[in-house]
Amino acid sequence: MGTGRLYAAVAAGGFRRYATYRTATAAGVFTNTVFGLILAYTYLALWHERPHLGGYDKGQALTYVWVGQALLMTVSVMGGGFEDELMERIRTGDIAIDLYRPADLQLWWLAGDLGRALFHLLARGVLPMAVGAFLFPLALPSRPLVWAAFLAAVTLGAVVSFAIRFLVALTAFWLMDGAGVAQIAWITAMFCSGMLLPLNVFPGVLGEIVRALPWASLIQAPADVLLGAADPVAVYARQLAWAAVLLAAGRMLQSAATRRVVVQGG
Amino acid sequence: MAEETYGGVYADAEPVRDRRRPPAHRRPSPAHPDRSSPGEGTYGRVREGLRAYRLITAMWIRSTMAYRASFVMTTLGNLVATALDFVAILLMFSRVDVLGGYRLPEIAFLYGLSATAFGLADLAIGSMDRLGRRVRDGTLDTLLVRPAPVLAQVAADRFGLRRLGRVTQGACVLGYALAAVDVTWTPLKVALVPLTLLSGGLIFCALFVAGAAFQFVAQDASEVQNSFTYGGQTLLQYPPTVFAKELVRGVTFVLPLAFVNWLPALYVLGRPYPLHLPAWVAFTPPLVAAACCAASGLAWRAGLRSYRSTGS
Amino acid sequence: MDGGFLHDGGSPQEDGFIAVDRVEKVFHVRKRTGFLRSERRQVRAVDALSFTVARGEMVGYIGPNGAGKSTTIKMLTGILTPSGGRLRVAGIDPSRERTRLAQRIGVVFGQRTTLWWDLPLIDSYRLMHRMYRIPDGRYRENLDRLVELLELGALLDVPVRQLSLGQRMRGDIAAALLHDPEVLYLDEPTIGLDVVSKAKVRAFLRELNAERGTTVLLTTHDLQDIEQLCSRVMVIDHGRLVYDGALAGLHEAGDSERTLVVDLERELPPIEAPPARVVRVEGPRQWLAFPASRSAAPLVARIAAEYPLVDLSVREPDIEAVIARMYAERTSA
Repeated sequence: MGTGRLYAAVAAGGFRRYATYRTATAAGVFTNTVFGLILAYTYLALWHERPHLGGYDKGQALTYVWVGQALLMTVSVMGGGFEDELMERIRTGDIAIDLYRPADLQLWWLAGDLGRALFHLLARGVLPMAVGAFLFPLALPSRPLVWAAFLAAVTLGAVVSFAIRFLVALTAFWLMDGAGVAQIAWITAMFCSGMLLPLNVFPGVLGEIVRALPWASLIQAPADVLLGAADPVAVYARQLAWAAVLLAAGRMLQSAATRRVVVQGG
Repeated sequence: MAEETYGGVYADAEPVRDRRRPPAHRRPSPAHPDRSSPGEGTYGRVREGLRAYRLITAMWIRSTMAYRASFVMTTLGNLVATALDFVAILLMFSRVDVLGGYRLPEIAFLYGLSATAFGLADLAIGSMDRLGRRVRDGTLDTLLVRPAPVLAQVAADRFGLRRLGRVTQGACVLGYALAAVDVTWTPLKVALVPLTLLSGGLIFCALFVAGAAFQFVAQDASEVQNSFTYGGQTLLQYPPTVFAKELVRGVTFVLPLAFVNWLPALYVLGRPYPLHLPAWVAFTPPLVAAACCAASGLAWRAGLRSYRSTGS
Repeated sequence: MDGGFLHDGGSPQEDGFIAVDRVEKVFHVRKRTGFLRSERRQVRAVDALSFTVARGEMVGYIGPNGAGKSTTIKMLTGILTPSGGRLRVAGIDPSRERTRLAQRIGVVFGQRTTLWWDLPLIDSYRLMHRMYRIPDGRYRENLDRLVELLELGALLDVPVRQLSLGQRMRGDIAAALLHDPEVLYLDEPTIGLDVVSKAKVRAFLRELNAERGTTVLLTTHDLQDIEQLCSRVMVIDHGRLVYDGALAGLHEAGDSERTLVVDLERELPPIEAPPARVVRVEGPRQWLAFPASRSAAPLVARIAAEYPLVDLSVREPDIEAVIARMYAERTSA
């Protein structure tokens, strides 16, 4: 089997694994819709007070809300994807088995996570977005090219998200309690991804900092591409740069961890 | 013989009726010689339930204290995580002075009431959304063979003292709001604040119980419950003027979330409620809370009955 | 025997301590047939089941997976409501008076511990003490006795998560008995345990039954549990009772065979020792099948006298095999 086909199979497995939870998915769609609804009204009030806040008009602000709900699970802002499992495998020592697999550890988990992301985009993204578009006047683009550009940014966002969570998971090699790190990670992601509030609404220096951080790639970047609020090429460049840096860091941490496992005798 | 088969006796701890019960005229009279009356039964059941709840939560607290450092960490994490909502509000107010016609201290008042009430409910019975998992893995059965009401046992399950983080955070915001808000305090208004917290907490408790009851039917649907509990709490952090009239109507008359904080808080703040309700409605939260608890109790009973007849 | 071991049930014992009369349990199962479509199907998990168990009996309740075993136990403990028929335990209708019954029964779920994972074993017992409202004197007395019989003394202050499977099972059994239950339901009490732990658990159950007269109903996959503990065995399959009687009779009914594994000094032609017959030969090792209803002793004596013996062991037929044979018998008859 070619390597490409191997990872495609892993990704398909990730997709199918989440696809089996039908009730949970339906319940999740409901939750995304409810929160979308609540946020949409608060954004309306905010943009009523300050039209063109952060460079968005009302329609764009509303669209941002529903993009956020659609991507919340896709780019796993609140965690809870593969990293829980990976941490558990590190904790129990099963990770030693993974290291002997004829596949790259990082790519293996990345493929599975992208499969999951695709499922969440389709299952938990499309429907809340449709409800949002039905209830509110959203500023959705009509040109297919913009949608394609958006999907590319979402994919890169998912990769950056994976890279961050891979680093988080690997800390389990050194820390007894991975739950604490995971919690810090998702709180940071909530704050810095634009899930809480669009990053261009953040005031002054704080705004500049959060927009420069990798978490901006998760929600803010794809949303800006969809809303036509940013140049896709510049967005991609930034996402790619973060993905490369973080994935490389993950590799370094992984090899350090592997050495540790080998030294300890697994 | 059939009489004997179906007549049965009334459980003094947990009456479970099923469809096989014969018509009323064939039932033994409620005043069965050696059984307590239904009124006493309910009272006794509540007392038994509270007792079991206390015993089990004490065990969980002891368990938590076995890992003190982890407890401190997770409590702090809980505090920070739950404060994010208020951080979002602060960020909004860094760009505007009013939202939906309300200033920051007023919104902090709404937020503080809703977050504290929810935090109390979450602290008390926040793990009830795990019921579906217990049904799936069969561990609910181990609770059903104990001489205590199942509801109390499930409510106390995984009692997490770390959830004090949420209560603390809500109380801090409420404290700030009480200090900053521009209100002429009357004894009535002062009394309304703790009353609101208590009733609001009970309304959220009722939501948790009803949500758990729903999980007897749909075991993977804990997220639906989250939409009403966490979602409801988020909604109530903002003034009703922000939302569409239909939504406000919905959470006033259908799912009475508005009684958690909006109605009493708007009375305290001297603000009009968007639906033109009489002023005394601000004092009805305790009644609404009682009604919610009764309704969710019925839902729970129905859910448990369906579990015991289907076992799945 | 002191007062603690006597129970005044105060209920009529007219038809057995546990009385199950034409009890049935019907489940409605939804089966997904399409993306959104599903069809409802009725499954009769327990079908017109009748039996009685006298006070102080120790009964093995066996059957293949999905035969209705656990559904029966769940109805007897009040977890599930029967769809029909009459059921009484100590004169109590379990589904209607679940919590009252709970005071009088003990349940051990083999694979689900009810002990508190992070706390010392003794803490779980203290909870039982309070939850079951066991009088202080009785609690201390029972605890001392159980700790002694189940050898828990050194484990009381150890967090449950650090106990081995066998230790935890013994801990669970003690937890189920602190309140002096009149009936003990055991669901696979020896599953996953090593030989020593199994022996300890069995020895304890024998003692409990003899000393306290506790009625025991035991489900298991291990025929040795039954053989060593129960004078009576009930077999359920497809929700119906297919056998109720002594274990020996079950072997006859199923015409089952035990296997004697003989290790000889050297390779020899098949051993001749009727009624046993050699079913397999592998070098110096030979397998002999003989009817399970017969004792192995004379056979062993004869082989030992006539052949150069190194080692031997007896293998029990497993329950599945016995039941399968029973069926084959019945359909051919």
